[in-house]
Amino acid sequence: MRAWHFFKYYLHDLRKQKKRAGLTILALVWGTFSILMLLAFGEGITKQLDKARLGLGENIMIVWGGQTSVTFQGLPRGRKIWMRPDDDKLLERMIPEIKHAGGEYHRWGVDLIRGQTILSQHVTGIPPSFEEMRTHYPSAGGRMINDVDVEKRRRVVCLGYELKNKLFGEEDPVGRRIDISGIPFTVIGCGQDKMQMGMYGGPDVDLAAIPVTTFKAIFGDQYFDNMVIQVHDINQSEYVKRRVYEILGAKYKFSPDDEDALGIWDTIEGMKEFNAMMFGIQIFLGIVGGMTLLIAGVGVANIMYVVVRERTREIGIKMATGAKRRHIMNQFILEALLVCFTGGAIGVVISALTCYLLGLIPVGTGNNPMNWLGRPTISTTIGVIVATILAAIGIFSGLFPARKAATINPVESLRYE
Amino acid sequence: MQGIHKVYDTGKVKVDALKGIDLQIQRGTFAAIIGPSGSGKSTLMNILGCLDVPTSGVYEFNGERVDGLHHNRLAEIRNEQVGFVFQNFNLLPYATALENVELPLIFKGVATKRRHARAVELLEKVGLGERVSHQAIELSGGEMQRVSIARALANDPSLILADEPTGNLDTASGRGIIELFEELWHKGHTIMIITHDPNIPKRTERVIHIKDGLLYEVGNGNGSH
Repeated sequence: MRAWHFFKYYLHDLRKQKKRAGLTILALVWGTFSILMLLAFGEGITKQLDKARLGLGENIMIVWGGQTSVTFQGLPRGRKIWMRPDDDKLLERMIPEIKHAGGEYHRWGVDLIRGQTILSQHVTGIPPSFEEMRTHYPSAGGRMINDVDVEKRRRVVCLGYELKNKLFGEEDPVGRRIDISGIPFTVIGCGQDKMQMGMYGGPDVDLAAIPVTTFKAIFGDQYFDNMVIQVHDINQSEYVKRRVYEILGAKYKFSPDDEDALGIWDTIEGMKEFNAMMFGIQIFLGIVGGMTLLIAGVGVANIMYVVVRERTREIGIKMATGAKRRHIMNQFILEALLVCFTGGAIGVVISALTCYLLGLIPVGTGNNPMNWLGRPTISTTIGVIVATILAAIGIFSGLFPARKAATINPVESLRYE
Repeated sequence: MQGIHKVYDTGKVKVDALKGIDLQIQRGTFAAIIGPSGSGKSTLMNILGCLDVPTSGVYEFNGERVDGLHHNRLAEIRNEQVGFVFQNFNLLPYATALENVELPLIFKGVATKRRHARAVELLEKVGLGERVSHQAIELSGGEMQRVSIARALANDPSLILADEPTGNLDTASGRGIIELFEELWHKGHTIMIITHDPNIPKRTERVIHIKDGLLYEVGNGNGSH
């Protein structure tokens, strides 16, 4: 009854000043829409960037052999460190915090021939663990390099998405033959079209991947070009790095403190920085949106001052029948909140609709600008943030008019016409 | 009430509305306050009802010093011990009769069910049992005044103050209202009526006369002053 009574007065107040209320609510709708869309785009971009970051792999670090910069056990500076083909197994065995470790060979400018098509391409020799570590997921109908391929040094190849398009177009490549450096290979699968932010050697979509053992047999490489290490827990990456220096340092006789002996690209560190940066951007977007909403708050305060003036008599009546100041204040603050949430609710509906409609626009896959911008997402967190800002603005904009209402002299307000 | 002064300071001019009023009202009194316009009647009533505070002087209400009390305590006194009836009714226009009567009960924090029952009981008492769910603006003047009397009675106050309660009513409704007040007086309520109506002082127990902010005659009612 009381709530209904209150609501009736709220509607009555709005009806009495349609234009002002309309404009204020419009401002609130716009403010809510702005903040929601800014945050939603921020969230969408974060998500896409996250996906793109995963294009390289999750929780991985990439290790290259370096050059020693300090003398160690009588050995001079400037020695090159080469990683041998059993080093990945060694690290996996010695460091339980490592989930996978895998060595990799690269060769650029390798001839790839299919019929009349001759391409000069980047070929890499990889172990099966790259499917998980480097998110080399095959698209439907194909597979990635597996343990048997490695064991038997099979001449099989998995093509990157773009490379497959260049060689086969729309055709299904699985089971077909191509020549790599003059040796026939069977295509067992091709990779998915993926967004990839970080890369070394080239994007995965241009890659021809063959079993690591096959690569060694054909090209005769003695050393890994690099290794990829995936850790179980991102918080252990520093420790794992330290252990890699210690173990390889003991094997190749360099100081575990010699940072130049190995090059390590820690994508986990990068991810932490990236997350912090995206969080910062989200806060910035939130503040920009909040400012817009704050302007709407001025409108609410304005409307509430008018409401207080128009209801002076009612305030007097309530005071005469025993309302305390806080009763009066609560009433007007509540009304300001209701105004805010009315505008806010409309803004939320419009924003959700906009996000939905934008979601219908096809953005394709891979690296294109729409893929970064075209997926605004309203998450629960964003909802909570916006509701909190709206509530804060409602309380703040209601506070001063309500204070004015509560300190009205009851005698004069009863005489007020 | 002793030596009550009230000065209105409008910035440019100071108006002495009350210039030292000494007054004692017994429980169960039925009194009329009369006097010309601007004599300070309403000011006196506002101070009596704790709606306003005196500039100086001592006011004791039910044994409690009222002058200088905190505004929250004054609100409590108005809520529980005073009932106002105004010339222009001062009802919430878009609320129903029931909601209007419930108002003091709401501020006292009475639970919904009891509040309802009490409001209905009061409306029946003032003869508006049929009008419970009518909006105030749908009621006639006499009915509105009955609603405001019911509202004044809501928390069973020790003092009912009426400011020109018949001023905006036709003769018949006005008579009805005065009869209602008489009835309430017989039931033990303390009632003070400010009025211009020469017929009312004839029916009250006491007549308090105010002129130029001074109480200059406290006569006996019932036509004998």
